[in-house]
Amino acid sequence: MKIHEYQAIEIFKTAGIPVAGGRVAVNLPEAQAIAQETGFPVVLKSQVLVGGRGKAGGIKIAKNLEELNKNFSQLKSLVIKGYSVDHILIVRALEIKKEFYAAVTIDNIQGDVVVIASSAGGVDIEDTAKKTPEKIYKYYLQAQKEIDVRQGGLPAGRPPWSDFIKAVFPDPSHQEPATEIFQKLIKLFYQYDCSLAEINPLVIDGTGKFCAADAKINFDDNALYRHPEVQALRDLKYEDPDELEAKKNELSFVKMEGNVGCIVNGAGLAMATMDVIKLLGGDPANFLDVGGSSSPKKVLNALRIILKNKKIKSILINIFGGITRCDDIARGILQAQKELVIPVPLVVRLTGTNEKEAKELLAQNKISTFSSMREAVRRAVELAR
Amino acid sequence: MTQELNQNLSLFKKMSILIDENTRLLVQGITGRDGSFHAQKMQEYGTKLVAGVTPGKGGQDVFGIPVFNSVLEAKQKTQANTAVIYVPAKFAKDAILEDIAAGIELVICITEGIPVLDMVDVKHALNKSKTRLIGPNCPGVISPGKSKVGIMPGHIHQPGPVGVVSRSGTLTYEVVYNLSSNNIGQTSCVGLGGDPIIGTRFVDILELFMNDPETRAIVMVGEIGGEDEQIAAQFIKSKVTKPVVGFIAGKTAPQGKRMGHAGAIISSTDTTAESKIRILKEAGVHMVDSPDEIPQIIAQKLK
Repeated sequence: MKIHEYQAIEIFKTAGIPVAGGRVAVNLPEAQAIAQETGFPVVLKSQVLVGGRGKAGGIKIAKNLEELNKNFSQLKSLVIKGYSVDHILIVRALEIKKEFYAAVTIDNIQGDVVVIASSAGGVDIEDTAKKTPEKIYKYYLQAQKEIDVRQGGLPAGRPPWSDFIKAVFPDPSHQEPATEIFQKLIKLFYQYDCSLAEINPLVIDGTGKFCAADAKINFDDNALYRHPEVQALRDLKYEDPDELEAKKNELSFVKMEGNVGCIVNGAGLAMATMDVIKLLGGDPANFLDVGGSSSPKKVLNALRIILKNKKIKSILINIFGGITRCDDIARGILQAQKELVIPVPLVVRLTGTNEKEAKELLAQNKISTFSSMREAVRRAVELAR
Repeated sequence: MTQELNQNLSLFKKMSILIDENTRLLVQGITGRDGSFHAQKMQEYGTKLVAGVTPGKGGQDVFGIPVFNSVLEAKQKTQANTAVIYVPAKFAKDAILEDIAAGIELVICITEGIPVLDMVDVKHALNKSKTRLIGPNCPGVISPGKSKVGIMPGHIHQPGPVGVVSRSGTLTYEVVYNLSSNNIGQTSCVGLGGDPIIGTRFVDILELFMNDPETRAIVMVGEIGGEDEQIAAQFIKSKVTKPVVGFIAGKTAPQGKRMGHAGAIISSTDTTAESKIRILKEAGVHMVDSPDEIPQIIAQKLK
C-alpha cells in the first residue's frame, strides 16, 4: 500500500526525522496561511500517487503571495496521468547545498532488510545506480544480529557501519546526524511493517543541517492487519471501484483493454490463460483469480464484476480443480444464469476435482464444456471476433 | 527368496527429491479446516503421516493421527522428519521457527499472506540451521507414487523421469496434467511459492534434480517479477547438463506498479516475461509459448 508524501512527512515528523516546515492544503486560504507561517519562497507539490509529477508540471515555486495564488489554482486544475490534484503540499523552499539518497527496503533474494545510500541523491538516482553502481552503498541489517535493529540500533562509530557512513558522507560533521536519521528511518520501517521508506533527496540545507526534502513510504499489504492506523491512510481514489469490489469478495481482479473476459483459479494459471488468449489472436479483457476454495457464490460475483465491462464479447472460465471443486464452479455458473443477464457466450473449461459431476450439471443445462485449455481459449477468441 | 526379490526390486526403485517413502510427516494446524482436509488427502495418497501439532490440543487425535502440543514432542515421539504448515498467516512465523528449533529437516509452508518482515526473521533463523524451507504460499511437493506433502490433486501425477519446478500452483497442475496425459511421468514436482521471500529457489531445486539419477529432464515454470529466473539461467548455463524446458507466465499481464527507486537500485534487472524468456533461451532452456507444448518437447528430449 502506498501513501501520499504529505502523509509520509507526518510519519517522519513523529519519528523525529527533520523535514521542511509546512503542511498540506486543500484550498487557497489554507495554502496562504501555511505560506505566511513558513515564509516565502515556498514549494507547491501536487500530491498524487503516480510517478512523474515533476515532469507533468506538478511542482511549482512561489516567491510571493501573487505567485502562490496563481500557481495554486494552476496545480488544482492539473490532471496527472488521469488523476486530479486534491491535496497540495506547501513547504518552505530549501537552500540546497548537497543532495543525498537514503532508503530502507527489503532485498528479497538476500531475505534481509537493507539500508541504501548514495551521495548522488536526486531524480537521477536510478541512472546513477545503473551507470556508476559504485556510488551506491548497501548495508544489510540482519547481518548485525547482536544489535536490536528494530529499535534503530546501529553499531555507530565502529565498522561495518562506520565504513558505510564514511563512504557516503565523507564530511565528518555529517556522519553523526546522518546515522541518527538512519536509526529513525530503520525504526519506523520495522514499526509500521514498511516495504519501503525512502528520502530522496536528503539535503544539506543553507544552515548546514540535514532535511528530508521528499518522503516516500510503502507498506507490506500482508502486515496491514497489524496496523489499522496505516489502513486509515489509504486514498480510495486510487483504487479502481471494480477492483475494490472484487477484493471485498475475495477475488483478485485487474481490468485490461481486450474483449475476452476471463475467470480462472490461481494467479499463475490466470496469467498463462491470458497469454494463450493473446497467442491465439485474442485480447484478454481482465485478469481474474477466483482463488483457492471457490464457492458457487464466488463465481456469481466474478461474473457480475466482469460483466460490468461492456467491451466483453465472450467469457472464458478456465478452472483446474485442486482444492477448487469443479462442481462448485458449475453450480455458480448455473446460479449466475438465473440471477444475471449474460449477454455474451460462455466458454467453460473444467479439469480436475469433481470434473465429471460438473460437466453433467452443465450439460443438463445445455452448456458445453472443454477439457483442453487450448481448445477452450480458441473457441472464446473466435466468439469475440 | 522373497527377501532377495525385495532387494532386487529396491534396485529398480524410482528416485525422487525432497520427499519419498521415508518421509515421516507432521502436520501443523491439523485440527483446522484446511489442515484436517488435506491431512486426510495426503494419507489417502500414501504419505506416512505420523503426527499432528496444535498447541493446546495435545492428546487428541484426528482420524487416528496423534496430536501433540509442540513440534519437539511430536518429533521425539514419532521420529517425524518433515513438517507441513497450514496455520493462519499470523501464526506461521512461529510455526516455522518451532520446526527450525526442533531440527526438522524439511518444512513445507502452504500458508499465504505472511508479513514480509516475519519472513526476514525466518530467513535469518534458516541461515543458521540445517532446515530446508519450501514456500511459503506454495502448493507443496509431490514425489508421485511415494509421498505427497501439500495441496495438489494427487491423481493427476504419475511416476516417471521428469522433474517439475514452478513458482505457481494451479499452473503447475496444468503442466503436470499435460505431461501425464501424454504418459510422461514425474520424479518430483516442487512448488516454490509466490511470495517475495521464499525458503528455496529455482537454483536449489535445479541442483537437486541434477543430482537425482532418475530425473532425466526438467520442466521449469516461472512468472513475471523478481529475478529468480535470471539467477537460475546463470546456474543452468554453467551447471545443468540435463535438458530443461521452460514456460514463463505473464507476457500479457499489466505492468506492476512501481515502488520508489529502491527496487530499481537493488536490482536493475528487467523482470518482464520477455526478458526472462530471452535470458533462459540464451542459457539453453527450450522455452515454449503455451503449457500444452511442453510434453512434445520433453518427449523429444527424452529420446
